[in-house]
Amino acid sequence: MSKNSTVRKRGSLAAFLRHSSVPIMFIIICAICIPLSGLSPSYLVNEIVTRMGRNSFLIISLLIPIMAGMGLNFGMTLGAMAGEIGLILVSDWQIIGIPGMVLAMILSIPFSILLGLFCGKMLNKARGREMIASYIMSFFINGVYQLVVLYLMGSVIPIKHSSIKLPRGYGIRNTVSLLSMRQKLDNLIPLTIKGVKIPVATFLVVLVLCLFIVWFRRTKLGQDMRAVGQDMEVARDSGINVDRTRIISIVISTILAGFGMVIYLQNMGNIATYSSHSQIGMFCIATLLVGGASVDKASIGNVFLGVILFHLMFIVAPRAGAAITGDSMIGEYFRVFVSYAVITLALIMYETNKRKTKILEGERLKLEQMEEEAK
Amino acid sequence: MNETVTVKEKGSISGFVKSFGLPRLIIAAFLIVLLILSPFVGADLPSQITNIIARFSWNGILVLSMVPMVHSGCGLNFGLPLGIISGLLGATLSIEFGFTGGLSFVVAILIATPFALLLGSIYGWLLNRIKGGEMMIATYVGFSSVSFMCMMWLILPYKSPTMVWGLSGKGLRTTISLEGYYNQVLADFLRISIGKLTIPVGTLLFFAILALAIWAFLRTKTGTAMTAVGSNPSFARAAGINVDKIRLLSVIMSTWLGAVGILVYEQGFGFIQLYMAPFYMALPAVSAILIGGASVNKASITNVIIGTILFQGIVTMTPTVMNNLIKMDMSEVIRIIVSQGMILYALTRKTEVSK
Amino acid sequence: MSNENTPLLEMKNISKDFFGNQVLTDINLSLQEGEVIGLVGENGAGKSTLMRILFGADMIRETGGYGGEIRLNGEPVNFSSPFDAIAAGIGMVHQEFSLIPGFTTKENILLNREPKKGNIASVLFGDRLDIVNRPAMDDQAKKAIEMMGVEIDRNMIISDMPVGHKQFTEIARELSKENLKLLILDEPTAVLTEREAEALLESIRGMSRRGIAVIFITHRLQEILAVCNRVVVMRDGFVVHESPAQDTNVPEITRWMVGREVKTVAASDGQTKDKEGETILKVEKLWVDMPGEIVRNVNLEVKEGEIFGIGGLAGQGKLGIPNGIMGLYQAGGRVTFEGKEIPLNSPRKCLDASFAFVSEDRRGVGLLLDESLEWNVAFPAMQIQNRFLKPALGGLIRFRDEKAIQEITQKYIDELAIKCTSSRQKARELSGGNQQKVCLAKAFALSPRLLFVSEPTRGIDVGAKALVLEALKQFNRENHVTIVIVSSELEELRTSCDRIAIVSGGKVAGILPASSSVEEFGTLMLSQVR
Repeated sequence: MSKNSTVRKRGSLAAFLRHSSVPIMFIIICAICIPLSGLSPSYLVNEIVTRMGRNSFLIISLLIPIMAGMGLNFGMTLGAMAGEIGLILVSDWQIIGIPGMVLAMILSIPFSILLGLFCGKMLNKARGREMIASYIMSFFINGVYQLVVLYLMGSVIPIKHSSIKLPRGYGIRNTVSLLSMRQKLDNLIPLTIKGVKIPVATFLVVLVLCLFIVWFRRTKLGQDMRAVGQDMEVARDSGINVDRTRIISIVISTILAGFGMVIYLQNMGNIATYSSHSQIGMFCIATLLVGGASVDKASIGNVFLGVILFHLMFIVAPRAGAAITGDSMIGEYFRVFVSYAVITLALIMYETNKRKTKILEGERLKLEQMEEEAK
Repeated sequence: MNETVTVKEKGSISGFVKSFGLPRLIIAAFLIVLLILSPFVGADLPSQITNIIARFSWNGILVLSMVPMVHSGCGLNFGLPLGIISGLLGATLSIEFGFTGGLSFVVAILIATPFALLLGSIYGWLLNRIKGGEMMIATYVGFSSVSFMCMMWLILPYKSPTMVWGLSGKGLRTTISLEGYYNQVLADFLRISIGKLTIPVGTLLFFAILALAIWAFLRTKTGTAMTAVGSNPSFARAAGINVDKIRLLSVIMSTWLGAVGILVYEQGFGFIQLYMAPFYMALPAVSAILIGGASVNKASITNVIIGTILFQGIVTMTPTVMNNLIKMDMSEVIRIIVSQGMILYALTRKTEVSK
Repeated sequence: MSNENTPLLEMKNISKDFFGNQVLTDINLSLQEGEVIGLVGENGAGKSTLMRILFGADMIRETGGYGGEIRLNGEPVNFSSPFDAIAAGIGMVHQEFSLIPGFTTKENILLNREPKKGNIASVLFGDRLDIVNRPAMDDQAKKAIEMMGVEIDRNMIISDMPVGHKQFTEIARELSKENLKLLILDEPTAVLTEREAEALLESIRGMSRRGIAVIFITHRLQEILAVCNRVVVMRDGFVVHESPAQDTNVPEITRWMVGREVKTVAASDGQTKDKEGETILKVEKLWVDMPGEIVRNVNLEVKEGEIFGIGGLAGQGKLGIPNGIMGLYQAGGRVTFEGKEIPLNSPRKCLDASFAFVSEDRRGVGLLLDESLEWNVAFPAMQIQNRFLKPALGGLIRFRDEKAIQEITQKYIDELAIKCTSSRQKARELSGGNQQKVCLAKAFALSPRLLFVSEPTRGIDVGAKALVLEALKQFNRENHVTIVIVSSELEELRTSCDRIAIVSGGKVAGILPASSSVEEFGTLMLSQVR
């Protein structure tokens, strides 16, 4: 076999367009919807900046399992629940402001580690169908979470303050107010540029996380994860403990998701105890994919591009929908539809790409024989 | 050389536990305990049983709709919402066209059929292109289509006053009462009442007919091919079977059964639920068949019947018994943990994943 | 440093059996520092097993370990895993690449042995948080590549590389291990171009000068003679010949490899059939893309009523021929049966033309492991020929005829002496030999006119082997069915077939009558190896 037998990728522009078809589609959607929505640019910029601070940390937590070849971690919801438990306990102890946030994060760590270990172990058993398993996992743990928060808190786990307890004496209310730490991090370093409020401290935290990710990629563990993500067999043969590496990647992701949830909720100002976490995984994954990531490849750049495009669509869609059809619900449903459709599309593209290479091989062989005969 | 000759574990308890599955045993034992407890905590046993039978009759066909796809190796049908949407289209159009009573049910099935065939074909074609990754994509195809239909329910020019919002005069309501249409049409047929115990014989018969039809189908030439495709696609291909065609057929069958299933569910429940309602309908059906003893690539009619009874039994029994026993309504949480736990258990089993 | 007289490696009285099946008997092998030996033998001669024992492979331990003793520098060793072997200075380059596709050459060379720098986090949380030292990595990779003496781009992504360079990356990885004393190369030149192979030989000479001993396994005998100090020939689990390379030549080695010396075998039961029968199957310009068994431009003619053998070394493409004709792998070319062209890439069309195929991949393709024997035997006949069906509702539907299925299965269970509890037993629960008989029954039930049988005796015990071959011969005689047997075991073909085609390098190297001498077959087998 000769050197030129390797089929080289041609037409890098076409490849670029194919790879970034989702972001491009979103740019078009936004370009159409923004004028229709009639929202002012300064309002939009303000909203995007706020949402960037609110969501980035959570989305970045998805990067490490992708690196380790475990696909989109639908199980990040587990970390979100750990973060919520931390916040519920902290608000019962009435520790307010930044110290409260920090304590909530610290409290979430043991829960995250426990849940991450369980999730990682399960996913190692469900090899080849990690995503559906992590997806079901999020529902399963949600059941356990409800058991703990709705029945055990206040009855078994001591909860002092009735303000967060249900009137019946145990269980946590549907909404827990986080007024004491509402946007405390966002406003820690106040800065407003041309009417756009910038949550400087939150951005700094996100920056630190980004640096962590960059640093992590350069560590031995990061290198191992990339190896495991690409070929588990080869990695195992070279002496890397594959199962352990995969579990670690899920644990890290879960811990980061816990932190991310605390940041997310301090911006929102309250916890919807039984629903805050339920959709968070889906929205974060959709955002990442809109930013141009795929099931097996994602970067920090994808996160920020995703936040801008996805949330822009999210903000303008209901208004634009109302402007077209006169019914605001259309836009609401449209953005939900788009979120799901994006994930569906990304999954389909990932699965079909896996199969494409096989077909090419036969064509090559045919050509080779024809060349030989021509001689 | 490395052939393993599995020794049959007959008669031994551990062998039984292994073949039946520990989680299933726990669930069955749990239900039996609930049944035994219920008279002591003051729950009314006959009405409980009536309830279980009624719910079985509503849900049976939805669970049955899992069978063809599992048989052909397409995995658990997380894309059930697609079938449900076909059923909903049939139901709403039948009412829109002015059919009432029992006739509206028949027409609903007739209208739902072409939709199920069309959506099923597209869905099946898609699943053939992504062999191996069916379940995750099925889930999201279901979600996407449900949220797409949310927009359609608002936009489509439905006019019937029983269905559209009274104020604006357009857009379908979230729940539509079936009073005067096909509410209880099957259940009322040959209904038996003994004291507090009522049995909706008609609905059960309808389920039995469909279950029998599937049972018989699996014994025909094509049905045999379907099982073989699910058991070992390479074998089937080498035996001259068009694997993709068989898989497509199974997906269409599953989708159609889903459509009929939701119509039967509605006739028992009394309402059509639109918008986000079909969203999470797949998960209970999936876990029911798994509780019944099915795995990701094997399922039988027996699994359907046992699974639906166990699952619905737990759903109906836990609230009453638990409430009376410990004054806490934990039924919702228990339902979530049991059903999702069961799916998780099945997914983490070692099965030969088809290439 | 070790004593001059102590060999670097000594393997004494090594023996190994797989569940009673003796594959290695009393092997003695010793190797000096810097010595290069060529290890040759047919597939199944035991070369790979021997190397696996030396390398501490898991599968050896899992199948009950080995007998004999291995000494390294005079010290007895017993490796419990390949990692122990690596630590002791043994390196091995396998036939299958073990490379991460998205990594660069240097990342692969130093996979899991990356040079690292410590930091605070790694002090606290363990050394996996060390930073990978990329400049040092680059240095080490560069050194290893220089040591190999073949220039490859160390910053190239593996998946963009020509195969030859992947092979060199693997070799450089072994050379980058500081303590490497012995390198095992398992058919490294199979994927190389001629120039690359030449470069590799030069590189082996370089290693030898540096004191690294090399065990070189290849089918290209001229390479052995060009680079090795000694040649060791294995056959049927024995070392049959050992001599300095300069004292021997290619024909001699070939004879040792395949020759059962004086033993001349009577071809096909001594009944020489009329070989002037009509051509029933004609294969022209066939190519098949079967991974690992690629077929290129094959032309064949099979005569009616004969048993036609296809032999050759593993990986040369003989398995690709039946798999390609039967449509299981992508194929091109022209296949004519009784003058009618059979479309390729469609298993159904082949079966309709009354072909049948017993696959070499019994568990993957041949059987429904989780279904009953009845299903396995009757399924193709039911689907292709509408047999074993009974009409119901006035012919509207046709159900499986369970009784007929049970009868036919029972018939074959009796005829082929399949050991099972009942015809309802699951195929998974049978032993390899009995599974193979079920596969034959499945093909027989189709009453084919042309039967392809691929590796009919692979992985089954001696008794079952004879039975399977006898069943095939009987089926050929009594039903006048043309049979094509594909097998790696030349002896088996010589005793069963009328004519034998030898496939080498994806092509037919020649067709000989079964009575030809083993040397002739051996020469053909090695003629176009690539």
